[in-house]
Amino acid sequence: MTALLEVRGICKRFRGLQAVDDVSFAVPRGGIVALIGPNGAGKTTTFNLIAGVFAPDRGSVVLDGADITGLRPDQACRAGIARTFQVVKPFGGLTVLENVMVGAFKASHDRRAAEHSALEILGRLGLADKAEVAARSLTLPERKRLEAARALATRPKILLLDEVMAGLRPVEIDAMVRTFADLSREMGLAILLTEHVMRAVMALSHHIVVLHHGQKICEGTPEVVSRDPAVLDCYLGAAPAGGA
Amino acid sequence: MRAGAALALPRRAALALALFVVAMLALPLVVNSYIVSVLVVILFASYFGQAWNIVTGFAGQLSLGHALYVGLGAYTAAALFTHWGVLPWIGMLAGVVVAGAAGALIAALSFRFRVGGVYFALLTIAFAEFTRILFDHFGWVGGASGLFLPVSSRAGADLLHLRGSPVMFYYLLLALTLGALTLTHHLLRRRIGYYWQAIREDEEAAQALGIDVFRYKVAAMALSAAMTSVGGAFLAFYENNLYPDTVFAIGRSIEIITAPIIGGLGTLFGPVLGAFVLTTLGEAMTSLSSGFELNGLKQWCYGAALLLIVALQPAGVWPWLRARLGIAEVRR
Repeated sequence: MTALLEVRGICKRFRGLQAVDDVSFAVPRGGIVALIGPNGAGKTTTFNLIAGVFAPDRGSVVLDGADITGLRPDQACRAGIARTFQVVKPFGGLTVLENVMVGAFKASHDRRAAEHSALEILGRLGLADKAEVAARSLTLPERKRLEAARALATRPKILLLDEVMAGLRPVEIDAMVRTFADLSREMGLAILLTEHVMRAVMALSHHIVVLHHGQKICEGTPEVVSRDPAVLDCYLGAAPAGGA
Repeated sequence: MRAGAALALPRRAALALALFVVAMLALPLVVNSYIVSVLVVILFASYFGQAWNIVTGFAGQLSLGHALYVGLGAYTAAALFTHWGVLPWIGMLAGVVVAGAAGALIAALSFRFRVGGVYFALLTIAFAEFTRILFDHFGWVGGASGLFLPVSSRAGADLLHLRGSPVMFYYLLLALTLGALTLTHHLLRRRIGYYWQAIREDEEAAQALGIDVFRYKVAAMALSAAMTSVGGAFLAFYENNLYPDTVFAIGRSIEIITAPIIGGLGTLFGPVLGAFVLTTLGEAMTSLSSGFELNGLKQWCYGAALLLIVALQPAGVWPWLRARLGIAEVRR
């Protein structure tokens, strides 16, 4: 497996806080990698460093062989990175279809082509019957799906999902997991996700990276990570472990 | 209305638009000169409102200084005409360049330094105000004592030199308003229209979808300013006199934004309807209160009526009326 996304030793400091400290990992083509860790571990900051919201103080981000370190969010998107937001940001005054068309316009200037591709993606995400509804009238699970649909419409190489399962009920979580597993398999889409819902992380990811206090403390397959003492420590707060 | 519908405008909307155009074309033939002058005021308000609606209603950037572009358009065309006899149409193009560049510059400066929201609005006021003061001391265009166009007969219709009757101006402004309607409709159906509205709804989300937010905001401001300046040039040749204190007045900036807000911000036809409602209301109040010797009665009633509209229909009169008539302002 060749790496599609490579994060190499990125660091980010906010005032006195070292939010992300020398974190490296890779996402292979078509792979699903989860970034987990307790609150404040630096997951969302890592996302923002990859998606161009902030530039890293040190380190680099390489997508498909191209250095995308420090690009603006729109440039990162045009390079092939699409992301969803933890707190969903629908274009409330536009219809669901129009929301997704905004994403689809990245790939095509043509309205009909954008509309066609948006409808196809809405179908995949189970929102086809909501196409003409105003985005502001959607329920939370629907908004989460819309968020993903809009990002997918940009035809990304990799999709960054920032806690898309948060606030969903178990049934809805299972449905979301199926949707993304199918998308990844059928479209060969690579996914990097942060998630607190372990049920989803374990079901979806091939590989897990664990962050704690901005540092990577462990990575590996779900089985390996779930048995790692350092991981158990930081989640369960057991005896103070050496190192960290 | 399903996706992929072949009609650009649904039939009912097309019919309503056709009726409106026919009525507007016929009106000057049946009404007196006072009504024509009121209609000219309405059309100026519609056009300026439509131009402002581009940057604020669609792209979501609040400009409170659009009098600046009215003034730049008016002064450029008028000064070129009085000094060198440049045809108004050429002067108008020059005004478009000047105002478009000014709009782009102000937007670029603000957005480059991440000035947004109310601070951007304040900045637009500041630019309009200091340009007003600048023109007060700008001798070549008459300074504070004003710039005057040679008055000619108010009869005929010399289209080339924009000299003629109010009816001529009425038809010119009607064409301008319909042109703005067409242009806006066209832009809304293109990528740029979708991008502007995405930026208005959520800038961060828009940027994450690959939109160069800075570029599209500057483009909206430049286009809005350029369109406004065309109206300014017509205003100069209609009124024949220009004073910085009235052309660049902050009161004018406020007037420009009132019609689209009353009519429906970010809608195609809202600014036009808003101009009709507001101007008619104002004129009605004037004639109603003329029998009384109460100072300020007109303004009082006008203000009360506005409050009532804003309280009852905060989204504007047009979205309400549109729903009643079953007209869709379709963008696809």
